[in-house]
Amino acid sequence: MINIALVGNPNTGKTSIFNILTGLNQKVGNYPGVTVNKKEGVCVLSNSIKANIIDLPGTYSLLPKSKDESVVIEYLTDDNSKPDITLVVVEPVNIKRNLFLFSQIKDLKTPVVLVVNMSDRLLKEGIYIDKETLSEQLDCSIVFTSSVKNTGFDDLKKTIIDLSENKKTCISTPVLSRLSEKYPELKKELSTYNNWIEKTNKFSPRNLEEEDEEHKGVQIKETIYRYQHISELLKISLKKDSSKGTGFRARLDKILLHNVFGYLVFFAITALMFQAVFSWSGYPMDLIDSGFADLSSWVASTLSQGILNDLLSEGLIPGIGGVVIFLPQIIVLFLFISILEETGYMSRVVFLMDKIMRKFGMSGKSVIPLISGTACAIPAIMATRNIENWKERLITILITPFTTCSARLPVYAILISLVIPEKTFFGFIGLQGLVLTGLYLLGFLSAIFSGYILNKIIKTKEKSYFVIEMPSYKMPIFKNVFITILEKSKAFVFGAGKIIVSLSIVLWFLASHGGDDFDNVETTVNKEIIGKSFSEEYIANKVSELKLKNSYIGKMGNFIEPAVRPLGYDWKIGIALITSFAAREVFVGTLATIYSVGDADMEGDTIKNRMTKEIRVATGKPLFDLPTGMSLLIFYVFAMQCIGTLAIVKKETKSWKWPILQLVSMTGIAYISAYITYIIF
Amino acid sequence: MRTLETLNVGEKAVVELYTDNSLPLKLIEMGCTPGSMIEIIKKASFNDPLYICVDNNYLAIRKDLASKISVSD
Repeated sequence: MINIALVGNPNTGKTSIFNILTGLNQKVGNYPGVTVNKKEGVCVLSNSIKANIIDLPGTYSLLPKSKDESVVIEYLTDDNSKPDITLVVVEPVNIKRNLFLFSQIKDLKTPVVLVVNMSDRLLKEGIYIDKETLSEQLDCSIVFTSSVKNTGFDDLKKTIIDLSENKKTCISTPVLSRLSEKYPELKKELSTYNNWIEKTNKFSPRNLEEEDEEHKGVQIKETIYRYQHISELLKISLKKDSSKGTGFRARLDKILLHNVFGYLVFFAITALMFQAVFSWSGYPMDLIDSGFADLSSWVASTLSQGILNDLLSEGLIPGIGGVVIFLPQIIVLFLFISILEETGYMSRVVFLMDKIMRKFGMSGKSVIPLISGTACAIPAIMATRNIENWKERLITILITPFTTCSARLPVYAILISLVIPEKTFFGFIGLQGLVLTGLYLLGFLSAIFSGYILNKIIKTKEKSYFVIEMPSYKMPIFKNVFITILEKSKAFVFGAGKIIVSLSIVLWFLASHGGDDFDNVETTVNKEIIGKSFSEEYIANKVSELKLKNSYIGKMGNFIEPAVRPLGYDWKIGIALITSFAAREVFVGTLATIYSVGDADMEGDTIKNRMTKEIRVATGKPLFDLPTGMSLLIFYVFAMQCIGTLAIVKKETKSWKWPILQLVSMTGIAYISAYITYIIF
Repeated sequence: MRTLETLNVGEKAVVELYTDNSLPLKLIEMGCTPGSMIEIIKKASFNDPLYICVDNNYLAIRKDLASKISVSD
């Protein structure tokens, strides 16, 4: 097995090459200590030779700017992971900058192949690369590929096999010797590039303490020398007809970055995306919902009665259903996001929105997490990683949970249908839809407003810089889009899904166990009814109601009832609130469980009907009236009720301080606003 | 001495030699090296950020960073 590393700038089509070489033979893991995904796959080079390929994160340079970026250099230099062959992927339009990275990798002295991808664009861009001369100059093999046209890959495989047999490394660039001439005092450090990198990599375990500014001047010189060296080479081996190439970019940029139309296009795309996420996915979501409900009742009636039956039909199956139901939305969302990324449009959004977002303490790059947050805050918070400035990143992380994630949607949906009348204005604007839009808007506005406040509070000494590439426009490659969607869905199901499923099992346990009081419910009821005649139905109801009240979860609900009564809730809603802290969507399921457990004759009724029939003990009127419903809706807009989000915030900020701040302040805001809402209505 | 943000859209200039180490390394690694031809392609609304092309690399940077890059005609 040959170990191969794929390295390259972002936007070179590196991942397309990885996808073509490995097909679906890939798995995603993690690098130790950082939260960067590690993508590995197996490629069949010939009948007898296979290669293990690692797709390293895209980078512009080997000198890391963050701990996450340091994985590339650590992977390439560590004796345990060092690849046999490194493939450096470049694209013709930005070949000079791409060769900058190549020159660094070459100086690490591992066998290397230069892969010129997107070679189909050479002619169109008016670029001519003299392959033989360049190959001689660089002292390494060059392969031209096109991942769009799927050409050059047999040639690439053959080159890899040849190189794996003779293991030839190429000559170093003259950069290091020029540097040690200029800085004789650093002669020892500059003896090999591995040495130099180790010395200057402030993220390596050896250099954790020092913020190494003393070498920055030398690193700048190194960069300039490398560019000079490459320019010299390309003078001979590259010809460019500058009249060609930039027309398409310029024409599209003129519209997409226009001071008025640019924003209109962006808002139109966002509107289309929301439309798609919420209406296109409605149908499959309904199917999944009823499918899992049918499965539950089928299991309940087929398996013999007992703990296993209960665990499966009341705990596990609804739990898994609660995870799977979000898949359609996540798939549609990432369909859009990955197409927007693939085409190069996302960078334009960053450019358009940067100035506006800065007023709220964020960056143009915060727009992507905020949009993703409408599906799920967990991947959204992970997407903040490419924001270089710590303060901007932190604010984005802290406010993202305010955006209305898809887990709030089922809660909103059921409460709105319960308490908001089905009125329409002008024949087509429904009141219920209006309320839903209002809740989304409220979430978005509170995110922006908290950003504004946090911007004033959080102080930072860090010098910020913002340098992004504006990539050329490309047609999306659907294989890449498909694989991205697959990856994100897997990450959701196995990441957030684990938490949701295990919590629903815990929930089931807490609702069906409760110590001595709980176990003795039947005896208590039997004692009470001795000598009196009650219908069997009344007795069964009495038993199950008492059981719920005495279960662990019932005890918890009763415990917090005094706290939630001012908001208009009873102890059953209190239980649903507690369980919602695991994940919001659990609310509906919990109420369904609680109301069905308490009432024997409601079996088979829909959740909505059960909730409508619920009566407030004190007044004898329906529990879910307008004040209680509105108060609950407002509570869910603001409250931080998601263990998964708290966990990811802890992981990304490396401190418990921020998730605890989120939990306390968001829930505090939720409580106060829900209280005010209950009084108003 | 002019700095980058004073250029008009479409005007070309040459990046001057850096005199101190205050510029981010990333900017230089992305191709903004001394002696390169630099041009502003587009200024966003309120003239910030700037869409620039330096040595055939298309980048977006903020105005405060641009004001640290010295250029000459």
